[in-house]
Amino acid sequence: MCCVREMDRLNDKTGISEAHRQFLKKVRMRRNLIFAARILLLVAFFALWELLADLGLIDPFITSQPSRIIDTLADLYREGNLLYHTGITCLETVTGFLLGTITGTIIAVILWWSEFLSKVLEPYLVVLNSLPKIALGPIFIVWIGAGPSSIVAIALTISLVVTILEVLNGFVSVDQDKIKLVRTFGASRTQVLTKVVLPSSYPVIINALKVNVGLSWVGVIVGEFLVSKAGLGYLIVYGGQVFQLDLVMTSVLILSVAAALMYQGVVYIEKSLLKSGKHTSA
Amino acid sequence: MGAVVEVHNLGMKYHSLNGEVSALENINLEVQEGEFVSIVGPSGCGKSTLLSLIAGLLFPSEGSVIVGGKKVTGPTCQVGYMLQKDYLFEWRTIFENVVLGLEITGTLNSVTREYVEGLLNTYGLYDFKDKYPNQLSGGMRQRAALIRTLATNPQILLLDEAFSALDYQTRLAVAEDIYSIIKRENKTAVLVTHDIAESISMADRVIVLTKRPGTVKNIYDISLTCDRKTPMSCREAPEFRYYFNRIWKDLDIHV
Repeated sequence: MCCVREMDRLNDKTGISEAHRQFLKKVRMRRNLIFAARILLLVAFFALWELLADLGLIDPFITSQPSRIIDTLADLYREGNLLYHTGITCLETVTGFLLGTITGTIIAVILWWSEFLSKVLEPYLVVLNSLPKIALGPIFIVWIGAGPSSIVAIALTISLVVTILEVLNGFVSVDQDKIKLVRTFGASRTQVLTKVVLPSSYPVIINALKVNVGLSWVGVIVGEFLVSKAGLGYLIVYGGQVFQLDLVMTSVLILSVAAALMYQGVVYIEKSLLKSGKHTSA
Repeated sequence: MGAVVEVHNLGMKYHSLNGEVSALENINLEVQEGEFVSIVGPSGCGKSTLLSLIAGLLFPSEGSVIVGGKKVTGPTCQVGYMLQKDYLFEWRTIFENVVLGLEITGTLNSVTREYVEGLLNTYGLYDFKDKYPNQLSGGMRQRAALIRTLATNPQILLLDEAFSALDYQTRLAVAEDIYSIIKRENKTAVLVTHDIAESISMADRVIVLTKRPGTVKNIYDISLTCDRKTPMSCREAPEFRYYFNRIWKDLDIHV
């Protein structure tokens, strides 16, 4: 795959046929067109929003308005609240996300190791997987206390079971003949794990990471709805209660940007981990 | 010259909830040092089971397998195993793939590293040692897989349908290639296949197994008149057809 891309880049420089140049131009044009349309859509959405509010066709008290959002952002920044609340939420999310993924992978390794344990726990995992983990929120608050630790715990629980099931499934579906191959060299179970099972499961683990980013945000925001005194979820709830839709909309916007950035971060990790065609997602 | 592999009264039964299946029954055979032996049989006759037993991946229900004078109790470095596909790990470079066995046995040092580099050099893969498997052709990948097997310096190579995943033309070429490498490195080889022509063209001796439960039906010493014994030239020998027909009749295949 990447070799093809490299060759394209090479061809760009060296002499290539006119027809191929045309083809490449067409591909590039199309890519630019898509990008432009995306930007246009975003700009149009906000412009229309602003315009409708200015014309009084929608009530900015209920729908807010881009210009008021910018003002709110500036206010939050001036009071030092912007970075504080965003920082807290991001920190909670990253912590919950990392803990959920790491713990989940470790438990998956244990279950892979002991087929007996895996069989015993199978029905419980299925039940836990279908249980809406948010329902456990109040329990964590009673046990751990109304603070960031409870919020992290909720985020962790939400991604934990999915990670276990996904990663274990990846482990189990590793090609048996690859395992046979290392066994012919007399590999121990630890070596089978480290030389074959884990590396072949990197794509699965990365996929779990991608799912977990989204789930952790859900966990953290719900957690903040329930208990917090700070964070974007707190701002949203507070804004809703005092009917300050400007604050709610602003927080939602910050949230979407932060979530998108974190997702891109995972994509970046994926690229650098699976670089240069090492994995052909087989 | 002595027998490096001895199989005595070997029997293998598989157990499942549906009952007991006898895969192999009363197998007796010997493989001499430096010999190339093919085992042919109808599909499902337990050919691959036999190889797994010799490799120490499975343990027999009856009888015993003796390799190099010792009873097999598990995988050893004496025996190298080649599977149907090359199974090069796509996340490792060719060099990292080739030293996999040395890494697992904990014998990767400057001496063995030099040996492996020598093998890569001799067989034209040295320039590719830092490439990833998906950058190599099918034939080169199979060659890399063979070098991975040779890296631990086994006496005996077990080839489990080692060419069957390749398309026909590549398969002829790779068989030729692997055969010459095995002969050059002076290894004993046991090839399991369902391809009659392949078994005759490569082996000094062909062992025909019956349908399940597999037992030895016939053993043929292959002597072909050809100048230089390579799998390709063997296929042109006048006796080739004679052996082919005999084995075909032995296999007794009906549709």
